[in-house]
Amino acid sequence: MTTATTATTTSVSLAVRDVHLAFGANKVLRGASLDVARGGTACVIGPSGSGKSTLLRTVNRLIEPDAGDVLLDGRSVLGDDPDALRQRIGMVFQQFNLFPHMTVLGNITLALRKLKKLGEEEAVRVAREQLELVGLAAKADSRPGHLSGGQQQRVAIARALALRPEVMLFDEATSALDPELVKGVLGVMADLSAAGMTMVVVTHEMGFAREVADTVAFMDRGVVLEAGEPAAVFERPEHPRLRQFLSQVL
Amino acid sequence: MDPLSTLWETFFDWDSMREALPEMLTVGLPNTLILALSAALLGSVLGLLLAVAGISRTRWLRWPARVYTDVFRGLPAAATILLIGVGLAPFGMQVWGPNPYPLGILALSLIAAAYIGEIFRAGIQSVEAAQLEGARALGFSWGEAMRLVIVPQGVRRVLPAWVNQLIALIKDSSLVYFLGLLASQRELFRIGQDYAANTGNQSALLLAGLCYLALTVPLTHAVNAIDRRLRQGRAVTVAEEDDGGLAVAGSTALPPAAPTRKEP
Repeated sequence: MTTATTATTTSVSLAVRDVHLAFGANKVLRGASLDVARGGTACVIGPSGSGKSTLLRTVNRLIEPDAGDVLLDGRSVLGDDPDALRQRIGMVFQQFNLFPHMTVLGNITLALRKLKKLGEEEAVRVAREQLELVGLAAKADSRPGHLSGGQQQRVAIARALALRPEVMLFDEATSALDPELVKGVLGVMADLSAAGMTMVVVTHEMGFAREVADTVAFMDRGVVLEAGEPAAVFERPEHPRLRQFLSQVL
Repeated sequence: MDPLSTLWETFFDWDSMREALPEMLTVGLPNTLILALSAALLGSVLGLLLAVAGISRTRWLRWPARVYTDVFRGLPAAATILLIGVGLAPFGMQVWGPNPYPLGILALSLIAAAYIGEIFRAGIQSVEAAQLEGARALGFSWGEAMRLVIVPQGVRRVLPAWVNQLIALIKDSSLVYFLGLLASQRELFRIGQDYAANTGNQSALLLAGLCYLALTVPLTHAVNAIDRRLRQGRAVTVAEEDDGGLAVAGSTALPPAAPTRKEP
């Protein structure tokens, strides 16, 4: 796998502070906090329904938290224009969320043309460059529906990276993939991490968390119960619920 | 003359048909197309606005769209055309002079918009919420996401129903004859009817009917072809190398809603 990015010099640190969120009576987040150093990679693990994906969405404010704060490089972003904020934060989804009515190239150039205001030629150049980096230059003119899940996810990563984000969020990026396609996507993500992108990765891939993450955060019932270096979290888990979780997934 | 050949001559009097044909093709056909296509264009634009208003989170947009749709779908087309075409005629006279076409097209458009609005709304609402989330995550505003990502997909999904509406418009365009047409303004139906009245047999009207069928039958088949294509997607150019070559089978510029999404 090729190196996934060249533009990570603009990475920022990320902090989520005591975030609360309720949907009606359902308290999804109950004071969740997370710190990611500039250029660091945090993997968020935990049982389904623990609020991992919701926490991720409060970072780029696809969901607005009820209370708490989100900081990039120490500065709160909750007062920023959400659309501008989301251009700084790339996000990759479990189901890729590529636009099926556009070609692969069109998927990537859309935001470059409409948001970054690049000319058609320049947008195509940037898009092709990103596709090259995820190993899919040959698929530029295909429709997403004609690609495998793994290829689609790599296109989704290229689409997010083309906007030169300062942080990347991955929401179970490999959970919808057939097992044999997982490796290629994880490879791209590992390259990106190594290149110095600040990343938050919600994942069930414990091997990836152990090898790539600087921080592993265990979430349960809306809070981060335990966070630390992978070795500490996996080898010397302190909280009983983390021990129980690890005994079930490892 | 025996009853059977009388009946035959009522419908298949070739001389009457031959007499009506030139005017049918040079006057009637263009006028029918002008009416139907202008109304289709205006009706689609209005319909799209209605569809977006209909799914708005603002009730001041949603309710008027709802009421409009109920009213214009609920009235007989003939009544709407007369109400607008005759009712607004004094106003139209000042703007366009004594030409019934603008008001006729307006009435047809308003009726079509009610139906097309519902068609578009259904299509837009069928697009998965994940598409909106994907667009918003890139930094697009709600409006941009709708315009660039959601609406194009939604409209594409309901093209067959939209073409059906075109067919209805071609037929309904005959109703503008209520508004009184100059000789040069007559559309297919009116020309057929005039010749039928003059010759005392229905052959010219039958010819007009054949002209309508020549327009509508190909469109019905186009609907089926589009529908098939949307269901099956275009032929898959199989992905070679990479990822074990497990290109997604069969689909799709337009994935069916939920089920395929779990296992790409």
